[in-house]
Amino acid sequence: MLRGVNFRDDKDFSGCSIFGMMNVRGEKFNGEPVITAIANMKERSNGLGGGYAVYGIYPQYSELYCFHMMYDDQKAREETEEFLKGVFEMEGAEVIPTRSCEGVDDPPLLWRYFLQPRESVACEEEDIDDFVVRAVMHINVGIEGAFVFSSGKNMGVFKGVGFPEDIGRFYRLEEYEGYIWVAHGRFPTNTQGWWGGAHPFNILDWSVVHNGEISSYGINRRYLEMFGYICTLHTDTEVIAYAVDLLVRRHGLSIEDMARVLAAPLWTEIDRMPARERELHTALRQTYGSLLLNGPFSVIISNRSQMIGLTDRIRLRPLVAGRNGDFMYISSEEAPMHLVDDTLRDTWIPQGGVPIVAEMEETVEVPEAEEAKVLPLRHGDTA
Amino acid sequence: MYKDLKSYLLPQYLIERDDYRCIRCEVCARQCAFEVHWYDEEEDAVFADESKCVGCLRCATLCPTNALVVRPNPTQPPPNANWTMEVLQNIYKQAETGGVLLTGMGCDKDYPIYWDRIVLDASQVTNPSIDPLREPMELRTYLGAKPDALKVSRKGGRPDLQTKLTPQLKLETPIMFSAISYGAISYNACESLARAAAEVGTYYNTGEGGLHRNLYKYGANTICQVASGRFGVHADYLEVAAALEIKIGQGAKPGIGGHLPGEKVSAEISRTRMIPKGTDALSPAPHHDIYSIEDLAQLIYALKEATHWEKPVSVKIAAVHNSAAIASGMVRAGADIIALDGIRGGTGAAPTMIRDNVGIPIELALAAVDDRLRQEGIRNRASIVVAGGIRSSADVIKAIALGADAVYIGTAALVALGCHVCQKCYTGKCNWGIATQDPYLSKRLNPDVGARRLVNLLTAWSHEIMEMLGGMGINAIESLRGNRLRLRGVGLTQEELDILGIKHAGS
Amino acid sequence: MRIEVDHHAGLPGVFMRVGDKVKINARQLHYRELNNMIKNAALEGTEEIVVDNVYGQRYIGSGIRRPVRIILHGIPGNDLGAFMDGPHIVVDRNAQDGVGNTMNNGTIVVHGRAGDIVAMGMRGGKIFIRDSVGYRAAIHMKEYRKFRPVLVIGGETQDFLGEYMAGGLVIVLGLGGRGKRRFTARHIGTGMHGGLIFMRGEVEEHQLGKEAAVAPADEEDKEIIRPFVEEYAAYFDKDAERILEGDFLKLYAKSHRPFGGLYAY
Repeated sequence: MLRGVNFRDDKDFSGCSIFGMMNVRGEKFNGEPVITAIANMKERSNGLGGGYAVYGIYPQYSELYCFHMMYDDQKAREETEEFLKGVFEMEGAEVIPTRSCEGVDDPPLLWRYFLQPRESVACEEEDIDDFVVRAVMHINVGIEGAFVFSSGKNMGVFKGVGFPEDIGRFYRLEEYEGYIWVAHGRFPTNTQGWWGGAHPFNILDWSVVHNGEISSYGINRRYLEMFGYICTLHTDTEVIAYAVDLLVRRHGLSIEDMARVLAAPLWTEIDRMPARERELHTALRQTYGSLLLNGPFSVIISNRSQMIGLTDRIRLRPLVAGRNGDFMYISSEEAPMHLVDDTLRDTWIPQGGVPIVAEMEETVEVPEAEEAKVLPLRHGDTA
Repeated sequence: MYKDLKSYLLPQYLIERDDYRCIRCEVCARQCAFEVHWYDEEEDAVFADESKCVGCLRCATLCPTNALVVRPNPTQPPPNANWTMEVLQNIYKQAETGGVLLTGMGCDKDYPIYWDRIVLDASQVTNPSIDPLREPMELRTYLGAKPDALKVSRKGGRPDLQTKLTPQLKLETPIMFSAISYGAISYNACESLARAAAEVGTYYNTGEGGLHRNLYKYGANTICQVASGRFGVHADYLEVAAALEIKIGQGAKPGIGGHLPGEKVSAEISRTRMIPKGTDALSPAPHHDIYSIEDLAQLIYALKEATHWEKPVSVKIAAVHNSAAIASGMVRAGADIIALDGIRGGTGAAPTMIRDNVGIPIELALAAVDDRLRQEGIRNRASIVVAGGIRSSADVIKAIALGADAVYIGTAALVALGCHVCQKCYTGKCNWGIATQDPYLSKRLNPDVGARRLVNLLTAWSHEIMEMLGGMGINAIESLRGNRLRLRGVGLTQEELDILGIKHAGS
Repeated sequence: MRIEVDHHAGLPGVFMRVGDKVKINARQLHYRELNNMIKNAALEGTEEIVVDNVYGQRYIGSGIRRPVRIILHGIPGNDLGAFMDGPHIVVDRNAQDGVGNTMNNGTIVVHGRAGDIVAMGMRGGKIFIRDSVGYRAAIHMKEYRKFRPVLVIGGETQDFLGEYMAGGLVIVLGLGGRGKRRFTARHIGTGMHGGLIFMRGEVEEHQLGKEAAVAPADEEDKEIIRPFVEEYAAYFDKDAERILEGDFLKLYAKSHRPFGGLYAY
């Protein structure tokens, strides 16, 4: 059952492990180290959800939207395909390859589609991405038993119920190569382990893995609803993906300003800032106060060129970062980074609310000075 | 009118005096402006005319030996669910005078108090509750229109804010003092409110009676009201205010105007209201320049223009059946703040039947307005402030979770100053020195003491709000605002739950 | 020399006894397997246990009440030494969150950095971190009778150092930077109502919680911290005298009852 047992909980939340690994030169690698790393944090999950977001896996279709779909049954698939064919050119449609794997039971039907919005749509729409978001919302809300769990370009989300290492084997992730891998192991607080509720959450190119519970979920969701985002999953992580899409893609905020909305500085800090900065941060909180993510969280947010780590402003959940040559790491715990990269020496703990931004190095947008600011605690800085 | 008609009214209260405790100090006699108590020298005893007693408890509170007990008169008419003592007394009063029943303060009928049917959430295990005494806990609130999106450009890495926000009110705690006019209350009460607002970092509201010159220095914490009578509204008044509020209506008497009798228009009130001494101050029921929504827009922009677009403009309405649609229109008409006043909102004087029967509970109005503005995607464009029966920090926090940005407290503030809610404000004889212009009475309220009591109240409520927020694992008030998932109803019907947008406890 | 191979984990070569030392290869081991080996070795009276390839195994050192030396090569997992009552643990690299959680006795020496909530609720024993620590170090550290916990941090600390601190001694040396260390942590000593924090460097008033008072440390104060600075210097090959020459600030509780006036009547 795709949408799981219908408990009446406000939201589904979970404790978790998160791990991200990026090659900032865009060189691809397979999923082995990521699976090893997330498996190393097994104590943080309980087998009720695991998943991966991988960037760079569909180079042959890099300009097409790739929808990964979960279906309860063939009827849902037929209905969805009919809808998709109405508004998209379907360049490819296939079953997502899996292998049977102990610990992964009752998967839904898993399909993927490579899609190009029809020209008639492209002419009418001001923003193709907005149109795609609406198409995702339409399927997730309107088609019983169908769920889009990945909708970006040249990337894909693979997730389900099980320990993350089992989910990785189930999806044959060792056969994929990407330059950003983000993984998640889940520890939901109820038994409602269901496929759609696993992380990462995705909309367009944005993927989010999350550890913690968002205490402000109720208002975050109501705010996003005003902008047309329908939270179908009742999962607090979902709001993060939509919030990032709204702030960065639609409102054009920088990653840093986006982080300052989700994990706003305290008023006492804002009051001490120089005038221009104070004005900006005051305006950010005034305008986007309903998107402040309150409560403990650490997240890894990724898109095709960035991997961003962020914790809540008083850092109630852990996050550690590391860099070794072209590889950037972001992790719930320190040990797995070293386990997969024994020559890693440069690791640090970011300050609460200050993002770690790993970017493709040929497209540097964040200037050096700011990057230095987010790395306050390097390994060995006192030696 | 037959002045000699025998009154059939029974005393509302009985006064029992313990003669053994009474030391004949005559405090009660001196304190009662209703002239209930008197000392008889010949008999060396203190007597009371209970028919005059309003139950304000000034005498009992100040009696140094606790010799006085004031209690509701137990004498009742024959049992009857319809024809209660109150109903009978009202009819006797009107049969004897031919007059409209008048009262003060807010509706005292037992309509459901939804605050008491709503419970709050707390964190257990899955996220940590936050300790408000040690960890940061933010109550700061900004009132005013917010843009849907901010445009921030980056010049050489330096952020540059392109979107300028319209003026905002900065509150250090999401509680303000409701509109109460100078005239309805004494100067000392006004000064107490003004000083407390300034000290706490919030706002008080002048009501429609203008602003006394001596209080201009608290302008930065003053919301100046512009009501249908336009009393005391002039350039200085508009200039000095932190924000302006157009009063369309108030919860205690939706749809009707007001009337400050000429005998209360003293020299000071005359100067403040800018009307001749001794004349009746009539507030028309509507603004005669607002007969429709576009006229409201005209007045809103007139005020903005007059104050150089430097101040947010609030519009206050009584909560009525279609508040949601009205509020939507108000936002579209340019209001920066929507103030909603529910059926339990207070007043200095209102016809009893109107006070008790017109309007709707604030909880329902708030839920409906917040929902509607969100459905229309315009909730950002205005802040919502609610008033009318906010009694405690718990009511405040529930209001915020339902969707309010802040609350106004009126009755609670006056209670902090000593008010015992006897509902006789309209007599001008307030023994607590609040709702009176009698200098003998008003000097009982020392503004130093009054301000301290109000600051204490807001401090205590703010602490309690922080504790409850912390318990929910939230450390900034904006994360609770409109976060109805943190509320549950107890003993409410599905219809009520649907309107409030909350689930029943246990689900 | 006697070498014996144990089969605790079903894998040959995982557990070796070398004289009165034990060597464990922890790669592949779950924390329960690893900790059982360590506990058993300690119970058998082993003086030193050396563990290689530690990657994230939790609770190492917990449940042991003997003064055994445990040498860890790698990155131990969360709650290192939680509720610990006696062992001496040395970590050759970084440690994760929760080092010395509610620890009662013993010593932990980390040749690197530690994560969040180091020494949380610690009541006794000593922790030495060569480099820096994360959030909420020494939160609710307390002392009781002869128990007086000590936490020495070589570098910096992040926010909420010494939150609710009720007793014990925290020393932050601020080493590693150039010139005088300007600490960046915020909310230091918030809710503090006992104990002492010494910081070598500068802290501004707004960085302190409102329950913490600050004063320059005098010579007498320096004598309080001297033995622990010397111990730190000995572990990490530093010059104790040079460290002690620096200017220290002393943070202490303004009151043992900071919230006495909070409630009505």
